[in-house]
Amino acid sequence: MNVNDIQIVLTASLVTLACVIPGCFLVLRRMTMFGDAISHAVLPGIVAAFLFSGSLNGIAMIIGASLTGLLVTLLIELIQKKMRISPDASIGITYTFLFAIGVIMVSLLSNQTDLDQECVLYGDITLVPLDLGMWGIPRQIWIASILDIVLIITLLVGYRGLWVSTFDPSFAAATGIATVFWHYLLMGMVSLSTVTAFESVGAIMVIALLTGPAATAALFARSLPRMLVIASISGIISCILGYILATILDASIAGAIAVMNGLLFFISLLIRKFIRN
Amino acid sequence: MIINVQDPSLEAHNLTVIYHRKPVLWNIDFSLPKGEIIGIMGPNGAGKSTLIKAILELAPLNSGYSKIFGKSLNEVRKKVSYIPQRQTIDWDFPASVSDVVMMGRYPSLGLFKRITKSDREIVRLALEQVNMTEYANRQISQLSGGQQQRVFLARALAQQADLYLLDEPFVGVDASTEAAIMQLLRTMKNEGKTIVVVHHDLHTAAEYFNWLVLINASLIASGPTEKVFTDELLRNTYSGKLTVLSQVGDVMREQNFPVREK
Ligand SMILES: Nc1ncnc2c1ncn2[C@@H]1O[C@H](COP(=O)(O)OP(=O)(O)OP(=O)(O)O)[C@@H](O)[C@H]1O
Ligand SMILES: [Mg+2]
Repeated sequence: MNVNDIQIVLTASLVTLACVIPGCFLVLRRMTMFGDAISHAVLPGIVAAFLFSGSLNGIAMIIGASLTGLLVTLLIELIQKKMRISPDASIGITYTFLFAIGVIMVSLLSNQTDLDQECVLYGDITLVPLDLGMWGIPRQIWIASILDIVLIITLLVGYRGLWVSTFDPSFAAATGIATVFWHYLLMGMVSLSTVTAFESVGAIMVIALLTGPAATAALFARSLPRMLVIASISGIISCILGYILATILDASIAGAIAVMNGLLFFISLLIRKFIRN
Repeated sequence: MIINVQDPSLEAHNLTVIYHRKPVLWNIDFSLPKGEIIGIMGPNGAGKSTLIKAILELAPLNSGYSKIFGKSLNEVRKKVSYIPQRQTIDWDFPASVSDVVMMGRYPSLGLFKRITKSDREIVRLALEQVNMTEYANRQISQLSGGQQQRVFLARALAQQADLYLLDEPFVGVDASTEAAIMQLLRTMKNEGKTIVVVHHDLHTAAEYFNWLVLINASLIASGPTEKVFTDELLRNTYSGKLTVLSQVGDVMREQNFPVREK
């Protein structure tokens, strides 16, 4: 275990935490498809931000991703409500469309810049220790930590609104809570976690972090705060085990972490079945 | 048979809701008395839930408006408590019984104010009233249908409202729980609360309600039960539904209401 290992596992854990927070709400709302949609559809936004600012980090990218994230949410709602198309179809069509535009943009650009398809789709967490930021701490760790703090503050401040509008939207709306606002806030949070996860695990694997730990936690948790804690712990365990697995097999770290998240879920499912019988 | 009242608890004027060019509620216009237990009845798809939602501005209105205690909804929101149909909620949710009942305090707490001792006391009392004290820390997924309904009722009680809108509170509830809930509603009525209940069972309607609203997309009747619960009006409401129609006949005979055969 050297500094590099620790930095990579730490990055993965911070990224996981960012995904777990909105992920729990997505799972409870049965809206994980939205997570998948946003994590893919932000791609053109990220590329546009890259063109605009010339780098794959910082404020421009966060703004680009958040705006596209909200745009997808809006588009999905519009298609579903106005055109009377089923939710899954409207989600499927919207995000693959935007994602495909992003892929085309990336492939056009990859000749001229260091943005390539491989890195956008799969990320590369092994590069984390190479790209140092302030005080010699990797830039990725900085970004992930700051976004984690933003997400945690949003969670704490918005907790009541998020939970009531998730549990009983009709009651929430009847008592005057703006459920639409909380829906968009949640989608904004998903966009932020996507940005956090983008460079390290790539667009395809984000959904594993959004749903895996939350689904595992949903099996056991008796309250929402506990669900958030259990999901975080299970997600971090997956990061550690996944990193070990990847090192042994000399395989993709992000892939191994996603596999571990899946494994933990299935094991939990068995354990729960065992407990109940 | 549409009877209007002075100083109503709830009034609707020309309420119309159209979903995809199909009128679900058509020009509903009524006023309901204060301090009564009021039944809303009609066949499946008659628009009963939609009516409640339209009053609460949860369904898109194509025309019309409603007033509660003579004011607009926004002015009296805190005094109105809504119990959605139990099936609209995912009961497999990581929350305890008292978490859910505490939601009833949110309208007065707002989204950010801290929960105080008095809030906890109100929640405790509400649980006591519905006989669920021992289940306070139980996870809601482990409740029976009747217990879930009582949790919802406790949440409404914790809100300390003046007008209660209950959407089918007796679905999937056993006879003794139904009787207990009814008892509680009567106590609330005696405290001056107005309770509006969407209801399905014709057999119990006359016994439960002082006032009855019959709808089938449009308003068929609204008035005191003894005037509205007639063979003719029920037939109009449930037109074409044969099984229900024979049920209507049975109920009429059972309860010695005058049955006029045509
Ligand atoms: N959001 C919606 N979009 C489209 N149609 C709707 C919507 N909500 C209700 N409807 C339609 O409006 C009609 C009335 O529905 P509503 O739920 O109000 O009936 P109900 O009287 O409560 O029926 P039930 O006894 O089955 O609860 C139904 O035909 C339903 O299909
Ligand atoms: Mg209904």
